[in-house]
Amino acid sequence: MNHTIDSIRGELLAKKRSAEEVAREALNFAEAENPKTNAYLTFAPERALAAAREVDRKIAANEDPGPLAGVPIAIKDVILTRGLRTTCASRMLENYIPPYDATAVIRIEQAGGVIIGKTNCDEFAMGSSNENSAFGPVRNPVALDRVPGGSSGGSAAVIAQGTAVLSLGSDTGGSIRQPASFCGVTGVTPTYGRVSRYGLTAFASSLDHIGPFSRTVRDSARLLQVMAGRDEMDSTSALAPVPDYVAALDGNIHGMKIGIPKEFFDGLASDTGDIIQAAIATLQKLGCEIREVTLPHTAYAVGCYYIICTAEASSNLARYDGVRYTRRSAAAGSLQEMYRKTRDEGFGAECKRRIMLGTYVLSAGYYDAYYLKAQKVRALVAKDYAQAFEQVDAIVGPVSPFPAFKLGEKVDDPTSMYLSDIYTVTGDLAGIPCMSVPAGRTADGLPVGLQVIANHFNETAMFRVADAFEKVSSY
Amino acid sequence: MKITEQEVRRVAELANLALTEDEIVRMTQDMDGILTHIDKLSELDTSNVEPMSQVLYDSEETATLRADIERKPLGNADALANAPVSGQGYYKVPLVIEK
Repeated sequence: MNHTIDSIRGELLAKKRSAEEVAREALNFAEAENPKTNAYLTFAPERALAAAREVDRKIAANEDPGPLAGVPIAIKDVILTRGLRTTCASRMLENYIPPYDATAVIRIEQAGGVIIGKTNCDEFAMGSSNENSAFGPVRNPVALDRVPGGSSGGSAAVIAQGTAVLSLGSDTGGSIRQPASFCGVTGVTPTYGRVSRYGLTAFASSLDHIGPFSRTVRDSARLLQVMAGRDEMDSTSALAPVPDYVAALDGNIHGMKIGIPKEFFDGLASDTGDIIQAAIATLQKLGCEIREVTLPHTAYAVGCYYIICTAEASSNLARYDGVRYTRRSAAAGSLQEMYRKTRDEGFGAECKRRIMLGTYVLSAGYYDAYYLKAQKVRALVAKDYAQAFEQVDAIVGPVSPFPAFKLGEKVDDPTSMYLSDIYTVTGDLAGIPCMSVPAGRTADGLPVGLQVIANHFNETAMFRVADAFEKVSSY
Repeated sequence: MKITEQEVRRVAELANLALTEDEIVRMTQDMDGILTHIDKLSELDTSNVEPMSQVLYDSEETATLRADIERKPLGNADALANAPVSGQGYYKVPLVIEK
């Protein structure tokens, strides 16, 4: 499928096809293609067809079918869907059936979106390669022997593979942008609080975001438009009004000031560096004013991030104790044994590593040295961006130091895997909107994304730069 | 070494994880590698920096409060539907206090 929101809308309104036909075709194609990549964990034919029939009814009755009318959408399996299995790619939640929908899911379906299935990811969204899924890794559709990135690997892969038109991911330290870059699709991490997290399984609450994947910048802007805005079920969702993102996409970015952080170009693989430099030259040709900026605390961001995210994860994952969430060890005798054995059997290696690290940094005697220190460094990282945005409208750079790597290549070295998050974690720590837009391919044909970063609630500037770039590039 | 096997055992107890001997050895190596990288943060003087615990935006103190309107909560049966063991409207766990 090479559809966009507009192409499907056009067909539906011209009565060329019904939404039900679109949904059936999407489900059939996705189910047939899935063995190649393992990107979907669960399909939702009944739910999809019911949603599609409702769109058809509205069109027949001349009612507005909504901005996402009939569009096949895949949802990362950490986002709750009522009555539809939601596993977080973990043995712990293998049989978990959520009793309610996430707010983002409700808004998508109210807008006419057709949810066709749930996508694979790293267990509880912890990982950068999708190899930490309890249900097997996802393969990158562009190169099947390589990882799709993580943690939202399945959500990026379904867009690259054409088995969904839109998808949702979650981003805590780069989990939307890095797989978008690896799979050659568009992926957006909005401002912290822009999209309600009600119904997003909590990993690190001060860093978690929900965001869209799509083939075009315009489609991501549309999907964000539908989801963004205050939700009283999430007290951290922002009150700021939501502007019309798509209306601002006129392709004209003449005179915009674009910052290039020099710290983002140390240790960059040469192919990736060349592609990013070419993208900067393209922005200059489009009339942007290119300025060097400095984000001096970048080198401390990974250490800061892995203290904060593991500390918060160790608290958030304490709830999986064998009492409420489906799994309880059969070997349990006492209450204490039940907790320990359930968690030992239910969690994979990466989750255990992060729970352990988080418990350690929060334990008596270490709090000041680790957690408090990290919160102070986080303030410095955020200040770097605040100062840079006094001089520029947007910042661009790489998403990842290298393109998609081979399956198994980095699984035995967690520290080196963590360090590859260097260019993405700073945006999450500051809470600012960031996205990846396809910028080119290496000599081996592997996609490389350009990261576009803007100030809090200035998604419009971010989308304008990415959209203007997309219009003149052909990736 | 930043962390010993003995400390890892203690942390596993705090985290309610039953790690095997092999897992303890591997975990000690992995945590040591990450904590060694994290040590880099001590290069920074942060004595005059306010910690950032959340991304916060300016608004009135009560702006995020919802209207005080009664709402129907999730029912008992729905709430218990995912419990591994339940009965009489409650979650069931192994015996905690002996008679």
